[in-house]
Amino acid sequence: MTTVDIAGGKEAEDRIAVASNWKLVWWRFRRHHLAMASGVLLILMYLVVVAPSFFSTQDPERTDATKAFIPPQSIHLFDDGRLAPWVPGVVGKRNPTTLRMEWATDPNKKVPVTFFARGFHWRLFGLIGTDLHLIGPVDPKERIFLLGSDRLGRDQWSRIMHGTQTSMTVGLVAVALSVILGVVLGGISGYVGGKTDQLIQRLIELLQSVPTIPIWLALSAALPRDWTPIQVFFAITVILSLVGWTTLGREVRGRFLALREEDFVLAARLAGCSRMRIILRHMVPTFLSHIIATSSLAIPVMIINETSLSFLGIAIRPPAISWGVLLQEAQNIQTLALAPWLLLPGLVVIVAVLAFNLVGDGLRDAADPYSH
Amino acid sequence: MTRYILQRLALLPLLMLIYSFVIFAIIQAPPGDFLTAYVATLASSGSSLSAEQIAALRSQYGLDQPFIVQYFLWLKHLFHGDFGLSLEYQRPNAELIGEQLGLTLALALFSFVLTWVIAIPAGIYSATHPRSWIDHALTVVNYIGVATPNFMLALILMWVAFAYFDISVTGLFSEEYVNAPWSVGRVWDLLGHIWLPALVLGIAGTARLSRIMRANLLDELNKPYVVTARAKGMREWRLVLRYPVRLAFNPLVSTIGWYLPLLFSGSLIVATVMNLPNIGPLLLRALINQDMYLAGGILLIYSFLTVVGTLLSDVALAMIDPRIRVER
Repeated sequence: MTTVDIAGGKEAEDRIAVASNWKLVWWRFRRHHLAMASGVLLILMYLVVVAPSFFSTQDPERTDATKAFIPPQSIHLFDDGRLAPWVPGVVGKRNPTTLRMEWATDPNKKVPVTFFARGFHWRLFGLIGTDLHLIGPVDPKERIFLLGSDRLGRDQWSRIMHGTQTSMTVGLVAVALSVILGVVLGGISGYVGGKTDQLIQRLIELLQSVPTIPIWLALSAALPRDWTPIQVFFAITVILSLVGWTTLGREVRGRFLALREEDFVLAARLAGCSRMRIILRHMVPTFLSHIIATSSLAIPVMIINETSLSFLGIAIRPPAISWGVLLQEAQNIQTLALAPWLLLPGLVVIVAVLAFNLVGDGLRDAADPYSH
Repeated sequence: MTRYILQRLALLPLLMLIYSFVIFAIIQAPPGDFLTAYVATLASSGSSLSAEQIAALRSQYGLDQPFIVQYFLWLKHLFHGDFGLSLEYQRPNAELIGEQLGLTLALALFSFVLTWVIAIPAGIYSATHPRSWIDHALTVVNYIGVATPNFMLALILMWVAFAYFDISVTGLFSEEYVNAPWSVGRVWDLLGHIWLPALVLGIAGTARLSRIMRANLLDELNKPYVVTARAKGMREWRLVLRYPVRLAFNPLVSTIGWYLPLLFSGSLIVATVMNLPNIGPLLLRALINQDMYLAGGILLIYSFLTVVGTLLSDVALAMIDPRIRVER
């Protein structure tokens, strides 16, 4: 275990000697600056997950055909040297030859915006009604498009906020299901052994050699069309975790097999501990940090899978919003050439996945005392 | 060695049997069947079938039979090479799949070769020059490559090519060769187009493989035999290529087992976005239109490719590492 490099001196050494395993992991993780920054970013994103409407400037479903393909309006913080945030207004002119609306910033028009603005009505957890938003135009009748609008004049910024809620939750729930399945089945396999172990191992091998993407597609396509978005959402997470648990199951089994013969397990058994207590109190804590690191690396894979399936139009379907659903708008290259901002949800996907991978790498290094 | 391969080959039909059952269960799962979808297609084009005609067709296809009987009927037809009829295209499924299977395989294999050709030298270079700027750049590319979904990369490439260079990078052939018979010119044209989708498909794998190669090689380079060889005056590049690289290679071969199947099924997304002739988009359409026997046939092909890919990797591993053969 690295002891000296955290902080020198006798006092620090004493601190380390009495620190719990979790404290050591935390100290080591803290030294990964990139992982720490990514962790902060993920916490921010999960804040959006809790209340996407608070961070939205408009109702994500509000359409307005006269406001299609408005380019992003950037926020200016200062007006004449005073702190008074505003966004430039836009005027649309129809191009006489292509008959397309072309948007230009209106130099004479400034739309003042404010923090904690009043806007459309929404409910926190479906319970507490409010019309407060993090940012919005001072005049609730104005509409601002921080990341532009799509072909139906819907505000992309607000839609990304709501897509974040779906996509980040799908990853989390699918991985949670995988962890439960993996720990229970892998644990049984490793602890019981014998025929049960053989059966579970064959099942894992079978699942690991299915062509994942085609099978996921077929399963998603088999979902009844009249299911509610919530039902579809949970079905998709179950479908994704069907294959996802196998890697973790294998790992847990391997750990159980190795630990079964350890002296401390024998000692616990001789001391009269029940089987359940040996597993939960003595064996699981030794590899819990590993499970956490592995699952944090599994979340981004799930996010990519959900996004890809939804992009193909077969997992999360409109009117539900996810990052993949948003990217469907970018499918047409001609449209994309005119409105490149429709690719921005993809950037959000990349940033989120990158952050998860960095945090996962940091956790894995921190969780393994023998890595350095 | 032969014995080992034969053992593995003997398992193949059993696996395919299990898959065929699962696949049949999945394609049967949506409400309605082949005929209801067919009748709906006919109705949308203006023609219709009488109730008797529908009943006759129903018994002809065995759709009035219980699930398990239908499954064995399907299996029986499969054994005769009969994949059924596509209701959307009104053509035999075997023909539809056969047309695109070759190009599907070509894309995956080309991507596989490209991955190895790029990843191995990149891995060797970053291991022999750790902390050089190329090594750092490859680390960044690795993170971005793994974090970017395939379809995003394809979209970005297509958009940049279209908006800034005014070229279309979709498809696998130039216009004049799309429906032309095979010729030297057509193969040449294919090679000119296939590298971009192959690169998109393989970018995440390339990043990962080059990192694995780097880590393996770094472990080997510190070993005493390398120092000995160097002390004896062996030239550096010869030394690296002759001993440590060969040892660092072994773990890479075991990655073929998951990588090749990944390419087969991953090509589905890239092919859909880039509009390539491939069984992936065919499957997608079949699933959406409930063309169930076509979907079932393609899913079966994917399963077969996956199993064969895993088999190939195990055989390759057994060939270069005798210990694996002894274990079994």
